[in-house]
Amino acid sequence: MSLSPDDVKRIARLARIETSDAEAQATQAQLNTIFDLIATMQAVDTRGIAPMAHAQEVFQRLRDDAVTETDRHAAFQAIAPAVENGLYLVPKVIE
Amino acid sequence: MSDTSLSTLAAQLAAKQVSSRELAQTYLDRIAALNPSINAFITVDPEKTLLEAAAADALIAAGQAGPLTGVPIAHKDIFCTDGWLTTCGSKMLHNFVAPYDAHVIQRFKAAGMPSLGKTNMDEFAMGSSNETSHFGPVKNPWNPAYVPGGSSGGAAACVAARMAPAATGTDTGGSIRQPAALCGITGLKPTYGLVSRYGMIAFASSLDQAGPMAPSAEDCALLLNVMTGFDPNDSTSLERDKEDYTRDLGKPLTGLRVGLPREFFAEGLNNEVAAAVDAAVEELKNLGATTVEISLANSKLAIPVYYVLAPAEASSNLSRFDGVRYGYRAPDYASLDDMYCKTRAQGFGAEVKRRILIGAYVLSHGYYDAYYLQAQKIRRLIADDFNEAFKACDVILGPTAPGTAFKLGEKSDDPVEMYLNDLYTIPANLAGLPGMSLPCGFDTRGLPIGLQLVGNYFSEAKMLNVAHQYQRTTDWHARAPEGLK
Repeated sequence: MSLSPDDVKRIARLARIETSDAEAQATQAQLNTIFDLIATMQAVDTRGIAPMAHAQEVFQRLRDDAVTETDRHAAFQAIAPAVENGLYLVPKVIE
Repeated sequence: MSDTSLSTLAAQLAAKQVSSRELAQTYLDRIAALNPSINAFITVDPEKTLLEAAAADALIAAGQAGPLTGVPIAHKDIFCTDGWLTTCGSKMLHNFVAPYDAHVIQRFKAAGMPSLGKTNMDEFAMGSSNETSHFGPVKNPWNPAYVPGGSSGGAAACVAARMAPAATGTDTGGSIRQPAALCGITGLKPTYGLVSRYGMIAFASSLDQAGPMAPSAEDCALLLNVMTGFDPNDSTSLERDKEDYTRDLGKPLTGLRVGLPREFFAEGLNNEVAAAVDAAVEELKNLGATTVEISLANSKLAIPVYYVLAPAEASSNLSRFDGVRYGYRAPDYASLDDMYCKTRAQGFGAEVKRRILIGAYVLSHGYYDAYYLQAQKIRRLIADDFNEAFKACDVILGPTAPGTAFKLGEKSDDPVEMYLNDLYTIPANLAGLPGMSLPCGFDTRGLPIGLQLVGNYFSEAKMLNVAHQYQRTTDWHARAPEGLK
């Protein structure tokens, strides 16, 4: 399996990373060497093996349905790129 | 400074032979002298450090000191630290002053241990040489033409150069153990779930684990006592009784069964590393251990499995960096979507982008079963190999890395060549097992060689004692690079 520059641009689009044609070209070669390495997995017979998502048998704990956080929006917004009236500013989405 | 073991420093503080402020100042002076050439720290803030040290002195004076109160420590720049710049080695967070403390930071603060600063690292912990840091590479204190390893390269280098008596690190595929090996110090990645990941900037959440880095195993045991413990803020934090990781130090190794995986001594291993590891095995036999050959047959698949699972998790975790709420935002953009795309194109470095792209691809429609699910199934096979091996042995021993430190720039153009560095460390992450690296010699160029121990789940105390007994009869861990002034 081998990625084309168009594949690279498609994935970069999914990942929201702007990529020029020249960058896609360079990235394609490197990704293909990595996917060659990954491809060695395909030869392994894993029929009947349960996928392992996690190192420990963990389950999501539930906590009491109570407010535990304090209001720290001023501290959090102090480090934001752009805020106004307690809101994060981004370019207009809906006309 | 001669003996800087944590137990010695703590005893001097308790006996009031030195104050925490004096100790912190000594290290700050050494950082000021050495950091311009080593680049182990991204942020140093002497004023904050000395305030924390003064608070520790007050605790000592009031008789409220814990075992390590007043001993300073350096923190990897992956841990959110309230009021400190926390960059994770990335342009994306070059201006991010964290508004809260990571759980690990909270614990060291509660123990009264002043922070000496934030250490350099590969960007978002993705790298094995520290060359992917936005803040420039770290130099190996044993020879500045060589890399310190990564991703906790700044942590390993600052301890090796005695700029800090200890440091925190994180390990997703070897990021504590490999730099510890390349810099000649001791480092431990605990069992997954022992140390809370709260406030530790996420790379691959099912693999990430924080741990201690210091000259000796005894130091690491003392630090682990501070770091571990249940935290409701991390859904994978384990609820277990508190352990004293120093409790086994001093037990004889008589009857210890050391497993030697034949796959870890096969082709690809540097001869000098193999010889040093063999010599360490002989030393452990002299101390009463026996050896047994074991097989981790699927471990050769650990790298391909890791380079599916870790990027998949990373592509999801790093989607939060969008230029909206904190960190870098591109200066010019036409729309919201364009702002995301340009912010991420400009804010992430090449290696981070590569891994996000791999992750986005293996999770995308039509490829999920062939890559992601297949990798998770082989992950189970790798973990099963360890379970089987631990029926025949108490601890597994092998090299930490296939070679010693390599030259800056030597592998930075070839991602796959770089990835192969973590051949022996990744299996423990995939299984969630504890692993550690300790120094066991030097190559002919004078660069340190690391020995790896992998233990069964929750066997940290036993592993630390194996390392401790070895370090009582050898002095590799006590050596520091000469010529650093």
